[in-house]
Amino acid sequence: MTEPKGTRLRVKVARAKWHVRNFFQTVGETIKKGLSKIGLGFLFKLPPFVRAMIYLAPALAILAVFTFYPIFNSVFISFLKGYNMFTGEITGYTLFDNYLTILKHQSFAQSVINTAVIAFISVPLTILLSLAVSVALAAIKPLKGLYQTVFFLPYVTNSIALGLVFAYMFSGNANTITTQLSLSNAILKGIGLQPIAWLGIGATYWSAISVILLYTVWNGLAFKIIVFLTGIQSIDKQYYQAAQIDGASKFKTFSRVTVPLISPMIFYILITSLIGSFKTYSSVVAIIGTTGRITSGATGPLDMRTIVFYIYDFLQNAGQPGNMSFAAAASIILFIIILFFTVIQLQVGKRRVHY
Amino acid sequence: MEIRLKNLTKVFTDKRGNETVAVDDLDVVIPSGKLIGLLGPSGCGKSTTLYMIAGLLKPSGGKIFFGDNDVTKVSPDKRGIGLVFQNYALYPHMTVRQNIMFPLENMKVSHDEAIRLTIEMAELVGIADQLDKKPAQLSGGQQQRVAIARALVKKPDVLLLDEPLSNLDARLRLQTREEIKRIQRETGITTIFVTHDQEEAMSISDQMIVLDLGRMQQMDSPQEIYDEPDNLFVAKFLGSPPINVIDAIVKDKKIMVGDLNLGTTKAKDGKYTIGIRPEDFRVVEDGLFTFKREELEIEVIGRDTMVRFTIGENKMVRAVVESDSVKDKDVISISIKKDKVLLFDKKSGSVVV
Repeated sequence: MTEPKGTRLRVKVARAKWHVRNFFQTVGETIKKGLSKIGLGFLFKLPPFVRAMIYLAPALAILAVFTFYPIFNSVFISFLKGYNMFTGEITGYTLFDNYLTILKHQSFAQSVINTAVIAFISVPLTILLSLAVSVALAAIKPLKGLYQTVFFLPYVTNSIALGLVFAYMFSGNANTITTQLSLSNAILKGIGLQPIAWLGIGATYWSAISVILLYTVWNGLAFKIIVFLTGIQSIDKQYYQAAQIDGASKFKTFSRVTVPLISPMIFYILITSLIGSFKTYSSVVAIIGTTGRITSGATGPLDMRTIVFYIYDFLQNAGQPGNMSFAAAASIILFIIILFFTVIQLQVGKRRVHY
Repeated sequence: MEIRLKNLTKVFTDKRGNETVAVDDLDVVIPSGKLIGLLGPSGCGKSTTLYMIAGLLKPSGGKIFFGDNDVTKVSPDKRGIGLVFQNYALYPHMTVRQNIMFPLENMKVSHDEAIRLTIEMAELVGIADQLDKKPAQLSGGQQQRVAIARALVKKPDVLLLDEPLSNLDARLRLQTREEIKRIQRETGITTIFVTHDQEEAMSISDQMIVLDLGRMQQMDSPQEIYDEPDNLFVAKFLGSPPINVIDAIVKDKKIMVGDLNLGTTKAKDGKYTIGIRPEDFRVVEDGLFTFKREELEIEVIGRDTMVRFTIGENKMVRAVVESDSVKDKDVISISIKKDKVLLFDKKSGSVVV
């Protein structure tokens, strides 16, 4: 028998690793001894909980400053009246005024509708599509790596850049769509359909939202496919062999074996992507523009802003007294909406997810 | 259902194009209504054979017949088989009831009939009180029964079991082994099971097929194979403690190891390998080998005692004798029971009569 190639190198690497490990162990022991000598030995005798808290302290400090404090502060700000963020002056306190103002605001209602349309159409669609793609990817052997890369590309690409590309692909208004064909309209014309002013003057609500939906679905596929594919590949092959012997059809195998066995992953994706879609912002900015509105002529401007977009618009004019409070109140309402749907999902999940 | 394997061959090819012959030209007729053990060491092709019978693996060559039907190209669900996987492959998200019912879901069976069959099978395997539990809530033995019930609920003609006892502890193994035998008797279904454990195979099979390197070594009833192995591999593979294998020569019809005459034979003069089962030694007054007690390694194991000693040129031999026969003896003399020395050809390993 000849020695396999690289064996000697591997032995050398293994030995080097061994030495490094020994070195760090010695360093650790030396530090421990040193600390004991200067009277800090009690650090190693603290109860595990206290020690854990010491180790967690840096992370907790950062979370406290950048997460916990802002949460409580925004709740607090939402109770202020006429708050000026530069001078810190307020004209008084109120419990519900800011919330009521927001809830009565016509464009807030529109932003909730826009967000809901995006969330409740794109999330189920993305999950179904990514499940289908993952099952297909799990079933093929040749070019699998290539397909995986293709589907994963959007995940590692800047979403604003992608949105701009989408905006370009669906560009053109009622006057120019017939003369300057955008990619989408070229395709429509190719299959014998009329070009559509997707986003420009002459656009309708559904033409604009379908571009956003298309973008959201496509952009959301990547991560979900990776998660589902990992899940499907970790399913024991014997379940499929058993299903085959039991005479289950392809669809039945999918619905009765594959889906239940990756249900924890589907559930995880469902919750995170619903939360994510309620926070949609950058795709609307990139596709519709920084105003979030489409000037559409006769019917008046189309307001495509989402809830987060609506909140940010207040922050654009944060100098105006009271705007910060409106933004805070809208954030809390968004939080309550997300909380509501997440609790419902958790309740459903208890019965439907098999761990 | 009689199963015939005709020149069945399976060659696996890996990514680099290396070929491994897992099953090599297997020609077997498996009688109907019997419990058949497919026995061999790991890598001998026994599971591959089972999976080819099940239809989950495509043979590289040869044919499989169920009765008169050529099923080589028939899909697994149309072969009328039930398969119990080594780790049971029960669907973890379904209850025991749903698991057993699953094969019926895919057939044109009315719901009432499906429920009736499910309960009938659950009662047959003795888990009727566990129907609403999930597999994870059951013990290994109970899971095994559910798997058998699921395999049998379609009323298949053939039941296939892949290492059915390997995931059970020793006590459950004994119990399940009897259970499998009982279920087979009650249903009269042709059953093939795969195992690497010779004791297990011998204890429950009506007929045993011994495989090695993808080839059939011998097929017969367990006792027959144990007593009259066709070759040295079979002799070595069966029996615990294993058979003693010694080099010997035959001269003038006498089997000689060094200066010792171990018996007579009709074989031609020449060099042979001989095999003597440990239990074929016995303690006598004046035998072939005589030792002082301290010269022997003695291990008392209840009723029997294992005695280790050397014969010829440092050849270690194990003998299992009755404990009473060596008790309080300072000098022990051992001989071989009559005609119990097996003679094997040195080259081919096949038995020489």
